[in-house]
Amino acid sequence: MSMPEPSRPVLDPEEARRVRQQRLERIGRWVLPLAIMILAIWLWDRICVWNEIPKYILPRPGLVLQTLHDDAGLLFSSLLVTLKITFLSLALAVVGGVGLAVLFAQSKWVEMSFFPFAIVLQVTPIVAIFPLINIYVDNQTTKLLLCAWIVAFFPILSNTTLGLNSVDRNLLDLFRLNGATRWQQLRLLRLPAAMPYFLGGLKIAGGLSLIGAVVAEFVAGASGQSSGLASRIIEAGYRLNAPRLFAALILISLAGIVIFLALSLVSNLVLRRWHESAMVQER
Amino acid sequence: MSQSEGMSGDSGVPAADDRAPLLFLRNVSKTFSTGTVALRGVDMTIRDGDFLSLLGPSGCGKSTALRLIAGLSTPTSGQIEWPGASSRSDIGFVFQEPTLMPWASVFDNVWLPLRLRGISRAQAQPAVMEMLERVHLAGFADAVPRELSGGMKMRVSIARAMVTKPRLLLMDEPFAALDEITRFQLNNDLLDLWQDQRFTVVFVTHSVFESVFLSNRIVTMAARPGRVADEMAVSAPYPRDEAFRTSVDYAALCRQASTALEAAMGTNAEPQHVHA
Repeated sequence: MSMPEPSRPVLDPEEARRVRQQRLERIGRWVLPLAIMILAIWLWDRICVWNEIPKYILPRPGLVLQTLHDDAGLLFSSLLVTLKITFLSLALAVVGGVGLAVLFAQSKWVEMSFFPFAIVLQVTPIVAIFPLINIYVDNQTTKLLLCAWIVAFFPILSNTTLGLNSVDRNLLDLFRLNGATRWQQLRLLRLPAAMPYFLGGLKIAGGLSLIGAVVAEFVAGASGQSSGLASRIIEAGYRLNAPRLFAALILISLAGIVIFLALSLVSNLVLRRWHESAMVQER
Repeated sequence: MSQSEGMSGDSGVPAADDRAPLLFLRNVSKTFSTGTVALRGVDMTIRDGDFLSLLGPSGCGKSTALRLIAGLSTPTSGQIEWPGASSRSDIGFVFQEPTLMPWASVFDNVWLPLRLRGISRAQAQPAVMEMLERVHLAGFADAVPRELSGGMKMRVSIARAMVTKPRLLLMDEPFAALDEITRFQLNNDLLDLWQDQRFTVVFVTHSVFESVFLSNRIVTMAARPGRVADEMAVSAPYPRDEAFRTSVDYAALCRQASTALEAAMGTNAEPQHVHA
């Protein structure tokens, strides 16, 4: 009965074209941005040379790389300070955002009462709030943390709240029918249902907490004694040390990219079995 | 108990009036805050072991009736009485959609009603696996819903409703979204399960053919306001199989139910269109 299986299915021209297309896309996804990046850096270098721009205005990419290497000790210890603030504030944003969202989900009244405050906190530019924080809070780290937290917690709060409320009505009825307690409803139904929303908020908050940390340090840097990457940038700016300024900038960008990629990976791993957003499409 | 033992003979289902009533709806009305009268003055007796279909056009309040019986909603007036010891905790509910938790495995979905009653995974294992075998999904315990077809998802939903061995199974147009081949299969499987375990079913449908194939009683409902229009007994014996679908009896019963439905739809108590 058994027919010899062909090792490879025979593809009609349309399918073959699709396979080729997919392979090209897979390669292109990495090669294209990389090529454009290299081209841009090369162009940057050429512009410096062609126009004889002095290095304190626009340093050549090679010099920036050299500075990154020479000042590595100083820059990386500063990066560590900035990252510490970033991750601590992100962690606090997760705790605060999810905690508040769960509280909001317990009662429409609580949500109605307190959500506007969260919005006020979100829409007021952090730079404008900072002088106040500066007056009320002594500890430098606490100041920065508070700033970064205010910026980062809102997307988590608002997304998680949305997720907790986006539960299938029939599933809620099913839980009621089976006499579920509030706690069971939260743990077994609302929290898992909110997961994709939360992770979406987390991705945004990751970038925002880095921005918050840097901005806070900028504002604080004007008044004194911080040692993160932002203060390196301010310092380098005063001294017209453009190469170091660029080097610090590159480190911040890289940190942001790594944070985003890491959070995307986490999101994918958590959702890959069940959520549309993380599924590989067939056909 | 002694009754049902004596009745498991060739006719399959005893005559309606011999069996103990499981629940009464007495003059039940439901008016929503929007002013819509979903049900008006509904009287109904559901007997132990019934397979009762609520047949009617959309808007006749059949789903509302189901929710009232389940206790998910309370009647505006009238009573729902459970003469025996049964109550809300003895109810399984199957929705129009499979309504599974997409993040949980098939096993975890079926385990849910037991889990909510404080039964651990290990304790629930035999009951869950038995139910999965009954709906022919024993090999899919670890799959997640999106890996299943529409019919398989509905089987999981039925397994979940039945895992607590409820005395009353409420089904709200469960097969309406499925293709005909799958629907026939699920009809047969549901009847097998019902004959084997002797629970009571209230089945909401808008399909004359489905209600005749499945039920021993059909309550026809009319819309605006939702009310009971007619009741008929489907006297054909169980087990019913594919041969029954093509029999003359089946065709005659379908015609009878169809006529009742047409009559119900033609007799709106409050005419929508008032001719000047």
